[in-house]
Amino acid sequence: MSAAFRISGAGRLSQAKTASFSFDGQSYSGIEGDTLASALLANGVHLVGRSFKYHRPRGFLSAGAEEPNALVQIVRDDARKTPNVRATVQELYDGLTANSQNRWPSLAFDVGAVNDIASPMFSAGFYYKTFMWPKWAWKDLYEPKIRAAAGLGVSPEKPDPDHYASRYAHCEVLVLGGGAAGIAAALAAAETGVRVILADEQAEFGGSLRFESGAKIDGENGYAWAQSAIGKLKAMGNVRVLSRTTAFGYYSQNFVGLVERVSDHLKNPGHDLARERLWQVRASRVVIATGAIERHMVFANNDRPGVMLASAARTYLNHYGVAVGKNVGVYTANDSAYAAAIDLKKAGVNIAAIVDLRDNPTGPVIDEARALGIEINFGRAVVSAGGKLRVSSMTVQPKNGGGGRTIPVDAILMSAGWTPSVHLFSQSRGKVAFNEETRRFVPGTYAQDCVSVGASNGTDGLDATIDEAYAAGAKAAKDAGGKAGKSAKPKVDAGESWSRGMLGAAPGAGPGTTVKAFVDFQNDVTAKDIRQAVHEGMHSIEHVKRFTTNGMATDQGKTSNMHGLAIAAEELGKPIPAVGLTTFRAPYTPVTFGSIVGHARGALFDPTRRTATHGWAASQGAVFEDVGHWKRAWYFPKAGEDMHKAVDRECVTVRKTAGLFDASTLGKIEVVGPDAAKFMELLYTNPWEKLETGRCRYGIMLREDGFIYDDGVVGRLAPDRFHVTTTTGGAPRVMNHMEDYLQTEFPHLNVWLTSITEQWAVIAVQGPKSRDIIAPLVEGIDMSDEAMPHMSVREGKICGVPTRLFRMSFTGERGFEVNVPADYGEAVWEALWTEGQKHGATAYGTESMHVLRAEKGYIIVGQDTDGTVTPNDAALDWAVGKKKTDFVGIRGLTRSDLVAKGRKQLVGLKTKDPKVVLEEGAQIVADPKQPIPMKMIGHVTSSYWSENCGRSIALALVAGGRDRMGETLYVPMPNGTIEVEVTGMVFVDEKGERLNG
Amino acid sequence: MLLIRCPYCEEERPELEFRNAGEAHIARSANIAGESDDDFEKFFFIRANPKGIIYERWRHIHGCARFFNAVRDTVTDKFVMTYKAGEPKPAKLPGAAK
Amino acid sequence: MAKAAAKTKAAAPSVERRPALAGRTLSAPGVKVEMLPPAERISLRAPGASLAVLSKALGVTLPAKPKSSATRDGRTALWLGPDEWLVIDEAGNDPLADCAKVTALHSAVGISHRNVGISVSGPAAAATVNSGCPQDLSLDAFPVGAASRTILGKSEIVLLRTAQDTFRVECWRSFSDYVFTLLSEAAGDAAN
Repeated sequence: MSAAFRISGAGRLSQAKTASFSFDGQSYSGIEGDTLASALLANGVHLVGRSFKYHRPRGFLSAGAEEPNALVQIVRDDARKTPNVRATVQELYDGLTANSQNRWPSLAFDVGAVNDIASPMFSAGFYYKTFMWPKWAWKDLYEPKIRAAAGLGVSPEKPDPDHYASRYAHCEVLVLGGGAAGIAAALAAAETGVRVILADEQAEFGGSLRFESGAKIDGENGYAWAQSAIGKLKAMGNVRVLSRTTAFGYYSQNFVGLVERVSDHLKNPGHDLARERLWQVRASRVVIATGAIERHMVFANNDRPGVMLASAARTYLNHYGVAVGKNVGVYTANDSAYAAAIDLKKAGVNIAAIVDLRDNPTGPVIDEARALGIEINFGRAVVSAGGKLRVSSMTVQPKNGGGGRTIPVDAILMSAGWTPSVHLFSQSRGKVAFNEETRRFVPGTYAQDCVSVGASNGTDGLDATIDEAYAAGAKAAKDAGGKAGKSAKPKVDAGESWSRGMLGAAPGAGPGTTVKAFVDFQNDVTAKDIRQAVHEGMHSIEHVKRFTTNGMATDQGKTSNMHGLAIAAEELGKPIPAVGLTTFRAPYTPVTFGSIVGHARGALFDPTRRTATHGWAASQGAVFEDVGHWKRAWYFPKAGEDMHKAVDRECVTVRKTAGLFDASTLGKIEVVGPDAAKFMELLYTNPWEKLETGRCRYGIMLREDGFIYDDGVVGRLAPDRFHVTTTTGGAPRVMNHMEDYLQTEFPHLNVWLTSITEQWAVIAVQGPKSRDIIAPLVEGIDMSDEAMPHMSVREGKICGVPTRLFRMSFTGERGFEVNVPADYGEAVWEALWTEGQKHGATAYGTESMHVLRAEKGYIIVGQDTDGTVTPNDAALDWAVGKKKTDFVGIRGLTRSDLVAKGRKQLVGLKTKDPKVVLEEGAQIVADPKQPIPMKMIGHVTSSYWSENCGRSIALALVAGGRDRMGETLYVPMPNGTIEVEVTGMVFVDEKGERLNG
Repeated sequence: MLLIRCPYCEEERPELEFRNAGEAHIARSANIAGESDDDFEKFFFIRANPKGIIYERWRHIHGCARFFNAVRDTVTDKFVMTYKAGEPKPAKLPGAAK
Repeated sequence: MAKAAAKTKAAAPSVERRPALAGRTLSAPGVKVEMLPPAERISLRAPGASLAVLSKALGVTLPAKPKSSATRDGRTALWLGPDEWLVIDEAGNDPLADCAKVTALHSAVGISHRNVGISVSGPAAAATVNSGCPQDLSLDAFPVGAASRTILGKSEIVLLRTAQDTFRVECWRSFSDYVFTLLSEAAGDAAN
């Protein structure tokens, strides 16, 4: 069954392929190739939405991307509900479900429409003026209510199940826009053999050739020529042709973002197909062929459903075979609307009248319209549209006033002229220039290697457009290194051409009037609002824009900007270029978050780094914590244990027998070269020249300002080779810091740095039984205390694989760190675990590691220090080489503030009640009775329950801390003040005897 | 995304491979331990923030890993030129009027 | 260590080697992504004066041209920086041992286990890598033999074009899951 407004013989769709769809629960039938808009219009449906502020009924203004009114929600399922889809862009598929937005309870009867009646309340700047007081009400009352009332569409409740692809691409010539100009430019560029990408936002190429029935190129109808040219381009190996692809952003150095809609037009896309594909294109040259957008006439009730752009009606007829009405009125200030009237008339649609604001225009289209018997009224204006849910009439008056008459119509086609689409040119930081003669902004000064052609460059006429575009395409390719190709410039046999028109409010909506003559449909901005903004002191167009929100909706003012500017200029009494255009910004049309995110979601949101022993730890039931990108085993609970019980057991076991800990994530850097020791002297506070081969030292690295930057144990493997360890989180930046000094301050040193973090898996074996566990597996290393004392490193083998065996301790117990090549890490761990089981050893995680080191007062850089802590503050003065004349930070350390008395120093804290565990970050005061705000003298940096001590322990930075030993301080908390005693930092084995225990 | 010419790789590469490393041509004193407060202040704390030409250090961290110097215009973001670490400030900038 | 290991006759390891993602493969239209077997690798750093003698010791000429590589007898030297090469040996010979004999100024550090290799092959291989790598991978800009450290999504990689439609992607061991997964997901879209 053919829909009522589908005209047989018109349009290019195959009537045979029908597609059923629903809108607001009502079923309709359309044809494959329809947009949702053309399919609804074919069924006589014009009312599709309610406006943002006044909830006025709205229909289709356009047939393309500039659409401000027909925003609908497309629903595939619970998780796929896309709001604010332009019905003029959404392609129809069988089973498509769409709903209108911003209305309740129904589209035809919308309670919110009371806003329209109360509109005097909601004039420009209404939000800024109305919701000022009381202050509290904004957050609790106004904002939630406004958001609920003004929302556009509904978000889906479930995560987006679709996936999105992304691709970087490079080409010599990128052509943006696939109308006559873009195709001609692409043809010329492609012939030179360079890489060409041609992108167009529509499903089919052709641009305005879709509706320009008068165009003829190379002997073919314009649209047919476009299809054959595209076929030719697609067959070329050096050309990529992208339809349904919007260039949304033009960035530095010809970097252009394109979004390709891959599957939104398909009935069953399937999961293999991405929904959208983001193309990030780097082009040597860009040809901008983005065309022009028709403007509406600004008159009272110009937003009634059925009032639309003339070119839109022509597109619906010539491409989709749909008549937008049966009795159509035309209101124009330029020739192009005549072409629409002529096409419709020839298709059998009654043209009630053409109302032309111009006095005595002449030209072939006017003659043709007259010859077809269409009534033409010159020098007259449509001062108002009648009807509510659908336009029913137009009131026509002489433009300078006088008696009017009302003509019944079911649609009004309007054209105020054409605005070149300079959006992408402007985004490229090019400057537009105002052409006084044609009253339009066209590309002026270029900032990048690009060129605008055709209508977007203000070039009128198909012949001139093809000439210009073909030459530009050829030049762009040549400039980008292309060879001269054979010229095969398309020959224009016939074309259409028009320019001029009007800007601003039409008669009846000018100064002094208060009618609702819309400038910006999507944000409900009227001509009156713009004038009011100027009256209230907004003299810059940027202020007018923000005060009225003109051009700030998701359509970015594609139809409204020029009208708004002209009205403001008139009111300001200034010429248009003196007022200036607002800045165009990306995105050209709305872009989904999905396309920007691309693959970076779920497992690919960020890398998850796992150590070699991860699988073993997981099989043992370890709980993991995130440390940067790493997953680290946090603790290993046994059946029935919570975290505290597990950590208590792990900590006690390590000190009683032994524990195994995965320390693989520690940063490791191999420093190699004859000047390795010299370099170490400069980068660390400690002396290194005299460190013997085979020995280790705890090193501290400062920034130039004297504050601690990193720390770690360093082993000397050979006179010219050091194995440096860094903190887990600090690994990349420490490497960068060291490279920076090596490359730019000390380039004379013969030394090189290599990250070996991931070369070696590191298994810490700590505890009195540690040597007993390791020794049976080791070959070629004498592990006796005499041969291998605390803080030494040996190379040999373990389990038959190479090892760098460190004797070192971050627990205060006798300890070792077994480095083995990473692929062997898990198997060596398992061998050590088997040995460990003979001694009752435990595996322990990062939580126990933290507790055990805190029991010994070993700091963690980044936890006990915060970038304002010196070695002296951290009681690590012993690690600063006193005789050294240079190291990074040496001068910073002598700054007056860094040597001043009363600095915050790291100390231990014991709560008076041993059961109370302080909160890390809690503030410390000397006098809890002082009035708020109290003077805070420090804060807790580390705090744990220590099962080994049978009490809580803490480290804290406290002003003058080391002079406060034994003092009672206070930690005020919401539930009361906690009394603490200042102590030393070592809570277990103060003499350090257990290192050899 | 900018394209940056790496003087070591001898070609323009995408900005994602690079990292800015602050102002260029601030030499660390060979006798830094003996520097006056004023000199240390200038060296460590004071940085230029011009509108226009700026001399910067960049590192091709995800490429050849070299630090190098760059002249850039803070108004347009454009790189005027790049040169190797250790080379002096260029006496003349390409395309400069003066 | 490896140096010593090369000299003494080594007892076979009593524990198994478990390379990351061993054996993982993925096929999609136009592209195959697969983990490569373990290889011997060193990070080699040296001034220009040492290159001739190091090249001789390694049996492959260390390339001096940026973004290039040289291959001989299963051993490839990739230019990563003006004084930096990644040497990958797939023939089971240890380049670290070869460099140990060289007295000329250099730094050779074993990184066989630090890196993993992933092969991306097929007509859609370049498009797959370009899903996350911003470099121009056309044959003009990145010919066979071209090598570069670069970015893939949020991971650093070393990229080597081993044939017109084959790339070797090297990344650090713990990034292999991310890199393989990203390449796999991208592979599904690359033929389009």
